Amino acid sequence: MYNPRLAWMLVAPALLLLVFFLLLPIAVMAVYTFFTFITAGVEASTLTLANWHEFLTDGYYHGFLLKTIRVGALTAAICGVLGYFPAYFIWATTFKHKWLLLLLLIVPFWISFTIRTFSWIHILGEQGVINVTLLKLGLINAPLQMLYTEGAVIMGLLHFLLPYMILNVYVSLESIDRTLISAARSMGCTSAQAFREVTLPLSLPGLAAGLLLCFVLAAGSYVTPQLLGSGRDALFGNLIYDTIMGQLNWPMGATLSIVLFVILGFFAAIYTRYMGMSQIVKGLGG
Amino acid sequence: MADTNQTPRPETAGETRPAVEFRDISIAYGSFVAVRDFSLAIAKGSFVTLLGPSGCGKTTILRSIAGLVDISAGQISIGGKRVDDVPIYKRNIGLVFQSYALFPHKNVFDNVAFGLKYRNVPKPEIARKVAQALEMVRLPGSERKLPSQLSGGQQQRIALARAIVFEPEVLLLDEPLSALDANMREEMRVEIKKIQKATGITAIFVTHDQEEALSMSDQIVVMNAGRMEQIGSPEQVYEAPATGFVADFLGKANMLPGIVSSSDGARTTIALAAGQTVSVAAALPPGRAVTVVVRPQKLSVGAVPSGNRLTGRVVSTSYLGGNAIYEIDIGGGTTIRANTQISGPVAAEGQTVELAFDAAACVLLDEHGQRIPVLPGRQSNAKTSSASTSPRQQ
Repeated sequence: MYNPRLAWMLVAPALLLLVFFLLLPIAVMAVYTFFTFITAGVEASTLTLANWHEFLTDGYYHGFLLKTIRVGALTAAICGVLGYFPAYFIWATTFKHKWLLLLLLIVPFWISFTIRTFSWIHILGEQGVINVTLLKLGLINAPLQMLYTEGAVIMGLLHFLLPYMILNVYVSLESIDRTLISAARSMGCTSAQAFREVTLPLSLPGLAAGLLLCFVLAAGSYVTPQLLGSGRDALFGNLIYDTIMGQLNWPMGATLSIVLFVILGFFAAIYTRYMGMSQIVKGLGG
Repeated sequence: MADTNQTPRPETAGETRPAVEFRDISIAYGSFVAVRDFSLAIAKGSFVTLLGPSGCGKTTILRSIAGLVDISAGQISIGGKRVDDVPIYKRNIGLVFQSYALFPHKNVFDNVAFGLKYRNVPKPEIARKVAQALEMVRLPGSERKLPSQLSGGQQQRIALARAIVFEPEVLLLDEPLSALDANMREEMRVEIKKIQKATGITAIFVTHDQEEALSMSDQIVVMNAGRMEQIGSPEQVYEAPATGFVADFLGKANMLPGIVSSSDGARTTIALAAGQTVSVAAALPPGRAVTVVVRPQKLSVGAVPSGNRLTGRVVSTSYLGGNAIYEIDIGGGTTIRANTQISGPVAAEGQTVELAFDAAACVLLDEHGQRIPVLPGRQSNAKTSSASTSPRQQ
């Protein structure tokens, strides 16, 4: 017995939450992009295209945007390469307690993301483990500049994103019918050839889902570049933070937020078009 | 009628080397022994079925030929060459799985061409052979389709084409019909058999379905708990089961325990635990415990002229049109099953009826469930294996 009214009543709480806490704020932000900035913390509701004009004409913003996409893409690509192997290993191992290996992937989530990011300072910093060790061993005379570089930012992002990639790839590997591999081998494939013919192509959806997730999360991050990068390594998220919290220029901050929102949404939409969002949901354990 | 049971060996009557040979193989998974001391020689071009309940080791044996499981002891030869150390991809075998195992991301052409590609067959030759194989499984023109666009039966036909296209030395079929619905299963049964005959390929078929085994095989190997119970032609294993397990697994035979009460050298009278007596053509010492095995189809119900007679009360009747299946209580808590052609009126439940069966239509088992050889005149049907497939035959 399908009762449409009851159905609406059941989804109403979720819908209301989404409308009031997601759609409405975004809509308010969108309206803010047309407000006039007067001075720090003060804006007028006179509608203007000045913020959009500034964004579209000022190369400063474009540079940040391109850099953010570059760092996001690079991080996602490295995650893909580094994440595939552990995922494959967990899938292929005959180890009895596989769940333990999967649990290890979740363990980092038990510690605050910010604290995990801070820990890199003790590893990469001038007085960090690596520099101190190398100095004591006499391999270097002066500490290496590792912290506050783009490399450190990408390192921190990898640390944060790798479990997402591994889980996504693992889930798609797990969905492969293993008799397909037996079939390929019985027809003359070595293990490596069977991997190329069967396992790799059938695990690509998971890899693609992981790449998208890592890209979106990396390109939208601002804590990691804030803590591990220098001013030059700031990403678009830091720009937004700075515009809103530093300059108190809400209309411009809103404009930049909507830009990032639209661009990341665009990538997600392309992905959904070709891969289906369900893959990501699966990868998140749904 | 002595020795009429020699199984015809298709085409290769002169060939002495078996297509596949197992010598004393054992296969263990950890401490669990799945297959124990299994020996078998399979003649070239024959259709051999490994039949048994799940967990009897039949699939494990099949997988060991393919190299998908390692044997713990013994040796396996394909075409006279030992393959124990030959990796799976060099064994040249065709495999058909229950789940079809078609590559979902490749179209029909690429699926069927797969084995040829890895045998470095030139492209025009591949195209020709794939077309030929698809013709054989009656799916020509389906090259560009993806497996997901085909029905279950069509997918299994493509899987068959894929397994035979590169002319492997043996075709291994692992319950290939189990995933299909009943109508499709019967159609595929005929089709597989036809293709096997046309190509002359040696086929090893694994199933738990006795009908499939009986209708398709040249030889049936009945397996139980990792061991071979019996090998023989379909008629041999059905008519002359070597053990109680075989009798029960193939055709749900009636098993009537009893004790030999008297014997005159040619005929033996057995007092059944059910309280009635039957007489069989065998010479057995009085006092010996035996089990009389009678197939439901060998029993006639109602007015009957000769043979052994039993009296019982009908517990249930299933009227099937041409014949009827009765469950009949013959006393002592024993219920037997009769599947008879209907000639007169159908016996109703509660009615007392006369049952009859020919003395030659039953098999006797000893106290260990092994068949007791009967008198010489009946021996022809009783041999367990033919020369071409007897274990460890020189």
